[in-house]
Amino acid sequence: MPEKRNLICINCPVGCLIEVTLDGDTINSIKGYQCKRGLEYARAECTNPVRTVTSTVRVKDGILPVAPVKTEKPIPKRLIRDCMKEINRCCVQAPVKIGDVIVENLLGTGVNIVATGNVPEAHGKNGS
Amino acid sequence: MKEVDLVVIGGGPAGMAAAVKAKEKGVQDVLILERENSLGGILNQCIHNGFGLHYFGEELTGLEYAARFIDKVHRMNIPYCLETMVLNIGSDKTVTAVNSTEGVFTIKAKSIILAMGCRERTRGALNIPGTRPSGIYTAGTAQKYVNIYGYMPGKSVVILGSGDIGLIMARRLTLEGAEVKMVCELLPYSSGLTRNIVQCLDDYNIPLKLNHTVVAVHGKERLEGVTVAEVDQNRKPIPETAEFVPCDTLLLSVGLIPENELSRDAGIELDPVTSGPVVDARMETSVEGIFACGNVAHVHDLVDNVSNESELAGESAAEYILGINVPDRSETIVVKAGNGIRYTVPQLIRKQSLSRDTVKIFFRVADVYRNVRLAARCGNNILVERKRIKVTPGEMETLELKSQALREINAGEELVIELRTDGEGH
Repeated sequence: MPEKRNLICINCPVGCLIEVTLDGDTINSIKGYQCKRGLEYARAECTNPVRTVTSTVRVKDGILPVAPVKTEKPIPKRLIRDCMKEINRCCVQAPVKIGDVIVENLLGTGVNIVATGNVPEAHGKNGS
Repeated sequence: MKEVDLVVIGGGPAGMAAAVKAKEKGVQDVLILERENSLGGILNQCIHNGFGLHYFGEELTGLEYAARFIDKVHRMNIPYCLETMVLNIGSDKTVTAVNSTEGVFTIKAKSIILAMGCRERTRGALNIPGTRPSGIYTAGTAQKYVNIYGYMPGKSVVILGSGDIGLIMARRLTLEGAEVKMVCELLPYSSGLTRNIVQCLDDYNIPLKLNHTVVAVHGKERLEGVTVAEVDQNRKPIPETAEFVPCDTLLLSVGLIPENELSRDAGIELDPVTSGPVVDARMETSVEGIFACGNVAHVHDLVDNVSNESELAGESAAEYILGINVPDRSETIVVKAGNGIRYTVPQLIRKQSLSRDTVKIFFRVADVYRNVRLAARCGNNILVERKRIKVTPGEMETLELKSQALREINAGEELVIELRTDGEGH
């Protein structure tokens, strides 16, 4: 059963409306793009769409309660929800430094979750 | 009174890039004054990615982008004062500021760079009728709560305005477990980047309702819902289309306003369209030796452009302080926003300051147009022309002009930036 999917190309402000006909995982046709980048975008979006996920993790004894993190590389789009579950399970000890690995090999993807900002340790506060 | 060669007001991406460039160009004595408790400006709450593709050639998050410039500031030993609020700038280039260690103090500067950024338009500026319950925030405030302080502003959310911060927050709140019911946009098109519409709304099946606005808010203590209605071509709500949408949170992403109270007090001429200072091609304002860059000059969509523009301001301030290439201010070419163009930056070009090979004019179009040409014209002479399949007000446009061609324009003449069509409108 062929399936039709409509995409908006994100490569430039033109934002071509691209129509893709799919038969399961096989692409039958791609229409509506105006340049090669549009074709490549449509192909990738229909076969293996990926996204970089950015969020925050809880921090213990830091000057701020959360630290910003990201997936080091884009991960398959279907894993975003599970990725968020992993991130929300984390609690790291301050200090957090930019580039610190927070989760290794996220969900077996081979991609790490890393810190994208610094959260220094809070001094002079009673750890509660 | 303390004397400093260059005072940079604001330690966000604009201020840092300007300060670093000025020091690189030979100004020894640079001081950054920053209101917040860290350098980085608004990038500190931008945990999302998409920064740096143009400037660094790689995709970074906002904080990572800021960190690169904070490192440069540290490596070059540029001093900065945090939690320091500038109260006044005099046209004689005195800067009065206050902080909790020094109290109120005044610095005499040879040159000043304005890099104060912008702030969000609020509900008050929109005049949405209804009660005054809690649960109504600007998108940027909500972003700060979630990304820096780690708490959620609400559970079910309507977003008014499809600016980039609103789109980014739609995704962010969804990922953190809130239900984002819709994004309403008064105009027939979004002012946000296409990438954000796809990756922040479409990915999560959040509806974007174009030609829709919030006409009333409901709830006494906490927001209980909003009334959403479609608008006609004159942007007037159509009463029959009004619909009650239950929600506990309303986010506003309805535009940014350059923060120019200090500029106004200093007697700097402001452009009523950009709400920023009128600047020449070196980013110098109407007051000699005071420069402006970044979102205080005009609101940018990409920080990469802010960095480039601010480096130009930093270099120009360095030349002013060191007495290199300082132009005669009387000989100017006026840059005019012509047909289909909302504004240009710079608004004027000083003829004797054409020391670089090219001059870049940044501008925004007034509406969405297809199959047009963007042109720079002086009289009947077209200096540059570029074809575009589509232009939108949400994406800043650029034309690069050869200084050689500009030198041939007489002082006092107009350089018109305009949109030309081949009969086919939008």
